[in-house]
Amino acid sequence: MKSLRRAAYFFLAPALLPIFLFFFVPALAAFVLSFTDFDIYALGNFQYVRFVGLKNYFQLLQDPLFWKATANTFYYVLIGGPLAIAASLGTALLLHAKVIRFKGFFRTVYFAPVVTTLVAVAVVWRFLYHPRFGLLNYVLGFFGIDPIDWLGDPNWAMPAIILMSMWKNFGYNMIIFIAGLQSIPEQLYEAARMDGANARQQFTSITLPMLMPTTVFVSIIAMIGNFQLFTEPYVMTQGGPVNSTLSLVLLMYQQGFRWWNLGYSAAIAFVLFGIILAGSLLQTWLQKRREA
Amino acid sequence: MLFCILAFVACQSGREERTVIKFWAMGAEGEYVQRLMPEFHRRHPEIEVKIQGIPWTAAHEKLLTAYAGNSLPDMCQLGNTWIPEFALLEALENLSAWIDSSTAVKPEHYFPGIWDTNVLEGAAFGIPWYVDTRLLFYRKDILQRAGYAHAPRTWQEWLEVSRRIKQLPGAENNYAILLPTNEWAPFVITGLQAGSSLLRDGNRYGDFSGAAFTRAFEFLMQFYRDKLAPVGITQVTNIYQGMAEGFFAMYLTGPWNIGEFRKRMPADLQDDWMTAPLPGPDEHTPGVSLAGGSSLVMFKSSRHKPHVWKLIAYLSEARQQLEFYKITGDLPAVRAAWQDTSFTNNLYVQAFYRQLEYVVPTPKIPEWEQIAMKVQQYAEMASLQRRPVAEVLAALDREIDLILEKRRWLLELKSHD
Repeated sequence: MKSLRRAAYFFLAPALLPIFLFFFVPALAAFVLSFTDFDIYALGNFQYVRFVGLKNYFQLLQDPLFWKATANTFYYVLIGGPLAIAASLGTALLLHAKVIRFKGFFRTVYFAPVVTTLVAVAVVWRFLYHPRFGLLNYVLGFFGIDPIDWLGDPNWAMPAIILMSMWKNFGYNMIIFIAGLQSIPEQLYEAARMDGANARQQFTSITLPMLMPTTVFVSIIAMIGNFQLFTEPYVMTQGGPVNSTLSLVLLMYQQGFRWWNLGYSAAIAFVLFGIILAGSLLQTWLQKRREA
Repeated sequence: MLFCILAFVACQSGREERTVIKFWAMGAEGEYVQRLMPEFHRRHPEIEVKIQGIPWTAAHEKLLTAYAGNSLPDMCQLGNTWIPEFALLEALENLSAWIDSSTAVKPEHYFPGIWDTNVLEGAAFGIPWYVDTRLLFYRKDILQRAGYAHAPRTWQEWLEVSRRIKQLPGAENNYAILLPTNEWAPFVITGLQAGSSLLRDGNRYGDFSGAAFTRAFEFLMQFYRDKLAPVGITQVTNIYQGMAEGFFAMYLTGPWNIGEFRKRMPADLQDDWMTAPLPGPDEHTPGVSLAGGSSLVMFKSSRHKPHVWKLIAYLSEARQQLEFYKITGDLPAVRAAWQDTSFTNNLYVQAFYRQLEYVVPTPKIPEWEQIAMKVQQYAEMASLQRRPVAEVLAALDREIDLILEKRRWLLELKSHD
């Protein structure tokens, strides 16, 4: 038995070793780092590293920028996440409908933004959002709406980011939803129709419950991804205006790689880790309770 | 594979007695400095210079990583605000002894404010390569219509001409000046002009809530409050277009824009734009600007220091400086190069020469860039949210003091040794 286990570990070693070396060791090092004030001075001379205990975490709690970034991130996750999932589900339902033709074409078109480089997309969207020459304001002008300074107004910058990333990402979850829809047996709908259920009843009583596992999967993955919001504000606004699009990961990047405050930056990483972990646990718990 | 090995061996045998020095240069300079090399190789056939260009955006990270990994080159181009940081890491060679024994490189060949950026506690860590500062680019015709035949010379005139431009017929939706809040330079420059030292007590604490900086900050905020400058940064995506349309008539920017303005302003407006030194807070105080630019530095880890010095001295010759200006448009650091007709006949550049006599360095500490970003952040906040200036600047100082905590601790530590 013992030798069998040893053999198993031996065969697993090629996979375990890299994971241990390149994942657990750096994560552990980062955890230790978050209790020090490692910075540019420490890079020059290791004697200048101070073990500061929980100071980084306390300082983080007093940093208005951290709270701003947390609020922005939650804004993005709680508003942008459900909206994006609704958009994905909506288009998936449309594309699944029997009356739609050229399904393959539309699926490709809707999926295209997912595989486009975000930097290129951001450049185009910056033009769409331009307060004076942008297409979006031009269209709004037809409805008598005054031009909005999308990326320059602190109140509109985050909605603008959400809109863009929704457009960019909904295609991915749409594909997953289509797969989920296709796996619902047709007999269920036939039986429902025999019982006289209308389209709405069929949707709420068959489609939604049968899609539940897919929805949970999609929302957990989307939530984890959304908490790590970085590229969109990094490319579009650099976190501005007035930090209204500063996300936690962007703050972490700035602290770590721009100012070389690695200790402080590591602390942000672990707070974010805690938030995502709590979010995932909450969602699975909710799902279990519903099933029970 | 075999070919590679052969090629490698062939190179090795051909260059046996030549010393290779590695030189990192950023952006366009990395590409263009290559053209100055044939002459250097002719004079010093025993030295081979390997130039590697690195993009500005990645330069800081790359240099720090190279430092951490012990793989720095022999010499490098370094933005002069980065010198304190790398000097602190003890990565840079103290060049004072080299300068003392040199006839080619002398401090008096340079603009004093620029030279000063390379000096820390009396020791020089870099030789200015090219210089850079901010001054006023303006539309002559618009200022003329507003009743000004010359650029504003004092803050008073600056504000007044702006108000008049705003009142010109048809200018209700235009602005007088572009003061983008994603640049910290205008806020720091006016602060320095008003006599603020930005930091106090040996750069241990922020001094932004001090009287001088408050006065300057208040002055600039007036432009936003009276709609003389657009708030936010997205209304102008193309400054050349904005300037050509008269959307704004003044902009504080640097020498790189001389070429851009020539290239991008419409032909019929080519005679209508001009450069001028910055206005001062009053008639008797010159409007100082930032001492920017890049220096050439030698790394301590280099094993070919005499050779590196030869290259630095070569690039500091007035002739090479002039040549480099002609290739890149970078303004020469050596003042003798400015005697050439390509400068004396160029009105746009003349303003820079006058401005460069009045440039001052920003605080020479590694935290400066982080502090500058905070200044920018608070300026943006104040321009958008209309919070009282005193309150904003007090909050700014609190954040700066936090950034400088480690510095205070280190200074304390060293004073006990």
